Amino acid sequence: MIKQISVFMENKPGRLLEVTKLLASNKVNIRTLSLADTAEFGIARLIVDSPEAVVEILKNNRFTARITPVLAVEVPDDAGGLAKVLEVFSESGVNVEYMYGFVEKRHPDKALLVFKVEDPERSKDQLIAKGLTVISEKDIMF
Amino acid sequence: MWNKDIETIDVKKLRSQQSKSLKKLVEKVYKVPFYKKRMDELDVDPSDIKSIDDISKLPFTTKYDLREVYPYGLCTCNMDDIVEVHMSSGTTGTPVVDAYTLNDIEIWSEVMARTLSMGGVTKSDIVQNAYGYGLFTGGFGVHYGSRKIGCLTIPISGGNTQRQLQVLKDFGSTVLTCTPSYSLYLAEAGKEMGIDFSKMPLKAGFFGAEAWSETMRTEIEAKLHLKAYDIYGLTEIIGPGVAAECECQKGLHVFEDHFYPEIINPETGEVLPDGEKGELVFTTLTKTGTPILRYRTRDITYIFKEKCECGRTHRRIHRLLGRTDDMLIIRGVNIFPSQIENVLLKQKGIEPHYLLVIDRVNNLDCLEVQVEMSDDLGFDEVKVIESIEKTIEHALHNELLIFAKVKLVEPKSIQRSEGKAKRIVDNRKI
Repeated sequence: MIKQISVFMENKPGRLLEVTKLLASNKVNIRTLSLADTAEFGIARLIVDSPEAVVEILKNNRFTARITPVLAVEVPDDAGGLAKVLEVFSESGVNVEYMYGFVEKRHPDKALLVFKVEDPERSKDQLIAKGLTVISEKDIMF
Repeated sequence: MWNKDIETIDVKKLRSQQSKSLKKLVEKVYKVPFYKKRMDELDVDPSDIKSIDDISKLPFTTKYDLREVYPYGLCTCNMDDIVEVHMSSGTTGTPVVDAYTLNDIEIWSEVMARTLSMGGVTKSDIVQNAYGYGLFTGGFGVHYGSRKIGCLTIPISGGNTQRQLQVLKDFGSTVLTCTPSYSLYLAEAGKEMGIDFSKMPLKAGFFGAEAWSETMRTEIEAKLHLKAYDIYGLTEIIGPGVAAECECQKGLHVFEDHFYPEIINPETGEVLPDGEKGELVFTTLTKTGTPILRYRTRDITYIFKEKCECGRTHRRIHRLLGRTDDMLIIRGVNIFPSQIENVLLKQKGIEPHYLLVIDRVNNLDCLEVQVEMSDDLGFDEVKVIESIEKTIEHALHNELLIFAKVKLVEPKSIQRSEGKAKRIVDNRKI
């Protein structure tokens, strides 16, 4: 399991820029970022190194940020990679709240898929039992 | 003129009639524990009231008092004689009740018949009454007056714009009654439907229950091709029919034989002379169900010193100039920020820091409640935030009876101020 940072943002011009500028000035490299957006607000989801420290920086600068545990599954960057994971969730009746993916730095031929599910611990065991690779914080290269 | 004898009565005669009514009223209300206690506190005995000029010796009644005596505490008659009740929302969810005897319904019909007649309504007219029927006083008040005149009354009630326009076309309504903002909404919607109002038989409209302006009057008259009259009333006194504009459209005549107006300094309670601006206070001189002594309306206006050209001798008040409290009127419904605050305090996932933003979009008032989410809210999923917003919107609707949009905002993003918090942004250009 890995720790993702979620930042709540009202839909105002320049808000995301403020977040990224703040992180840049603190030398935080954003490994990946995904945005959920509605007409009125957005939620930015970031994977960064030392998420606890980054959440503190955000909060100290009056951003609404928190850590959310998510599952990161490593799959070959081939056709059918995502389907395999979703099959496991489907079989065990797990609902995926949201997901996004990015390509790994250390293995350019692999993709990392990030999932938000209700009970990540349980899903993690089920994925491992099916032979899938669930990776932890330290496995991600920043 | 509906009742020329009374409406143009000699002022001296009117005062003497008011004096008689007041003496009778005070004797009656002194039997009600609530009023007896108030009068005893001020050391006033019914025998001290000899003429209408002694009214200033009597205690004021406030909305807060009405809450205390909810629901029947002000009734001066036998409960069997109450035939109808109406209510409006109070400051903290306890409604204000007006209980009517047959006598009171007759008074209401009379003053509303005068109101409509002032705008030229006769028994040949077809009145499309788009005020809400129900506990709200608007629908029934117009209905009683219109029936008394003998008009064809269409009790269509509020809302359902398509049907309003269809009925307007099919029935050839000559009179429209609704809130001023709704009349403009109808004008826009009708134009889209291809209705040419200059070819419609509409001749007069009676608009009230919310603040409007001369600019709005010009717009309504131009768009709907009718003459627009301002009417004033409040549940505590009787509903619509407390005061209304005549054909001169210069101020609203108060039906003084039934409702005695005073203007006071809201801070000291001192009665101000005609012409001076202050808080409007009413005493119901003739009601028998729930009569009320010196009710503080919180509305700010002044009484005209000059006589009206129409010949009526009942004094006129100026169109309302504001409020002494923070009450908002949204789509004709009275709303206190405290009501909203009470709802918010019961909700999870938010902080009680809020901002009310009011706008007029397509001539309809829109209320948005911005409220800060809690720091510890698990906001990571869109559906979590949306479900909190929906839950609060539902709770607000139950309390306010109108829809208010809820928007969750970031913690600590609503400006804090020292002293009185700035909680209202009213962007309406009335």
